[in-house]
Amino acid sequence: MHLEFSKKEELFREEVSSWLSKNLTGKFKPVVGRGGSGDQTELLEERVEWEKHMGKSGWTCIGWPKKFGGRNASINEQVIFYEEYTKAGGPGRIGHIGETLAGPTIISFGSKEQQKRFLPKIRLGEEYWCQGYSEPSAGSDLSAVKTKAELVKGKWKINGQKIWTSLAKESDWIFVLCRTTKKSSGREGLSYILVPMSQPGITIQPIKQITGQSEFNEVFFDNAETQEENVVGEVGEGWKVAMGTLGFERGASTLGQQMAFEQEFNTVLKIAKENGSSEIPSIKNQLSEAWIGLRIMRFNALRMLSNSRDGLLSKEAMLSKLYWATWHRNLGKLAMDVLGMESEIGDKLPYDLTFLQKMFLFTRSDTIYAGTNQIQRNIISERALGMPKEPRGDNKK
Amino acid sequence: MEFSLTEEQEILRDTANSFLEDFSNSQSIRKAMESDLRFDPVLWKRMASEMGWTGILVPENYGGIGLSWVELVTLMEQMGKNLLCSPFHPTVCLGISSLLEAGNEEQKSTFLPLIASGELIVTLACLERSGSWLPEGIETTFEKKGSEYCLNGIKRFVPYGHSSDLIIVAARKKDNSNSKDLSLFLVGSDNSNISINQLATMDQTRPQSELKLSNLKLSKSKLLGKEGDGWEILNKVRSLGALGIAADQVGGAQKCLDMTCKYVLEREQFGRKIGSFQSIKHRLADMMVLVESARSSAYYAACLVKEGNDELDEAISIAKSYCSEAYFKCASDSIQLHGGVGFTWEYDVHLYFKRAKSSEIAFGSPQLHKDKIANFLGI
Repeated sequence: MHLEFSKKEELFREEVSSWLSKNLTGKFKPVVGRGGSGDQTELLEERVEWEKHMGKSGWTCIGWPKKFGGRNASINEQVIFYEEYTKAGGPGRIGHIGETLAGPTIISFGSKEQQKRFLPKIRLGEEYWCQGYSEPSAGSDLSAVKTKAELVKGKWKINGQKIWTSLAKESDWIFVLCRTTKKSSGREGLSYILVPMSQPGITIQPIKQITGQSEFNEVFFDNAETQEENVVGEVGEGWKVAMGTLGFERGASTLGQQMAFEQEFNTVLKIAKENGSSEIPSIKNQLSEAWIGLRIMRFNALRMLSNSRDGLLSKEAMLSKLYWATWHRNLGKLAMDVLGMESEIGDKLPYDLTFLQKMFLFTRSDTIYAGTNQIQRNIISERALGMPKEPRGDNKK
Repeated sequence: MEFSLTEEQEILRDTANSFLEDFSNSQSIRKAMESDLRFDPVLWKRMASEMGWTGILVPENYGGIGLSWVELVTLMEQMGKNLLCSPFHPTVCLGISSLLEAGNEEQKSTFLPLIASGELIVTLACLERSGSWLPEGIETTFEKKGSEYCLNGIKRFVPYGHSSDLIIVAARKKDNSNSKDLSLFLVGSDNSNISINQLATMDQTRPQSELKLSNLKLSKSKLLGKEGDGWEILNKVRSLGALGIAADQVGGAQKCLDMTCKYVLEREQFGRKIGSFQSIKHRLADMMVLVESARSSAYYAACLVKEGNDELDEAISIAKSYCSEAYFKCASDSIQLHGGVGFTWEYDVHLYFKRAKSSEIAFGSPQLHKDKIANFLGI
């Protein structure tokens, strides 16, 4: 057990940080530090340019195997990359769904033709992806999806609705979990289908969220079409593929996420020192606890990454979502407590909120999306602690 | 960066656990904690000679096995898990650390081999009636009289004071206004000018004593470290002491979770195992988050001791405050989820609950360490 990175890894760190400092300047200066939560849909054109620039220079998809254009970077190297990227103020990635979800799924389950067709464009920042999993009546219970796909003359015709889709307008493709077997239910009869976004059969409706902004969308499929060959894995095996996709997020990016959290924490700490609220014992204590919580989040992540070399999620990994989501939500609340009376006052009329106000509001979603805290606790207690599984209800009654 | 146990460390952990499961079971814990010594001397000898544990930190040239704090934390986690009653923490975390930190060659070559072989039990007497961890809390004085030191004062909260052979005593120079002008002394417990009074403790697995020093005379060779360096040495040693407690807490919290999981899968009410209720499952999930996070924090700090990192004090404060709260919460929840039987003397849950409480305040309460963290943050 040791914490120090090897010499080779430190050299890699230098390479990453020097590339970033040389390249995040000039025309890319405006995107520095932009595009995080609450800012996801800003400066899109500039950020797309940045994605392409990174792609051309070989700094996207670094964890992918070399034969698909990646660097086959080790987990430690990926950790280093994300840390340096965040430190340098690298903008929120528009390509992350392609890089971390669609791409690895196509690498693991896709055909050679699919790999040839889709992977280079993901890597080069030429095509962007969004996720079609949740539906209005399939949230925590994803296997309740109702969206249907039917094969008609060599094309899938898709009908239904997806919801909570980030970056829908900005994306070229969506991967859709849908029913391809009529009258099937639950995990059976589902397929994982790739669908182009730009077509008359697809309508995107932004959802105005708690902050007044729109970062999520509803996506309606009304006889939307895609070619027959765009199924990933076998027809009817969609559940397996979808669960595989969720497993790819092995957490190398969590350390980058934590550095972003650290920047937020530092902002709150700075205000607390300036406005004197850090002298209030309860605030001082909460700041101290928040810092302890953040450091431990890092220690947990280091352990999780060290234990997941075989590519399987370790039991520590099951804890990470519940932990960070809860921590981040608490930070949002603490930020408001630190601001005191000023916490109510936004940037400008009619409803332009400050960064911290947006964080306070946005972090309410952290404990909901990608598995609510309640679902996470079920997963932990059932899979890691061996408690009995929740019985399914009978919704026919 | 490889933040997971090596194969050798895993073997150490598993060997320690199976040894302790055999020799520190519910029956032997109760026997030891109600005995005069408050530990089993036969077991202590075996821990020293068969397992080599008392020499774990002692360098090989002083008769030990010279391993690092990572191995020590691994071992102490198992001791906490099995609620071991023994003066291991004061002897190893405090005694050996003090000698390694400040001992001269003669002191090290005299005492370290005896500690490694299990023949010498050591403790640290720093706290006094105020219970304060600040230098002002130390009122015991020393005076230089010719070639001798003369100590007077009353020490309190001394772990295993009644069964120690060697006591490291912190005292301040008489009539000196500098509150940090402290020095440490090595005192044999057989000295006739020291009277040791064992106190009744709520947690019977961690006995404490009160020591009265009346005109206790010591030769110059009993000074540990330089005169006046006592506060600095104490800070380092107590910080390591806090990490040792944190390791014990991780193991204790883990055991609370394990016992509770086992119980809720046995106990049935309303025609189902109570472990099938979400109100129970979710509480267990939260306990697991606490346990694993506590473990990460203790091992992280242990790595920093090994690697000699500047962040060490901060990491130890993080570990001690977090592990303390995690253990107390897990032990409290364990009582709650055991229902009525969790409140009985017969079940072991109360032993863990009491150890959670005693270890929470040992070597700095969570609040004290949070204040330290606030200090690191500049607030």
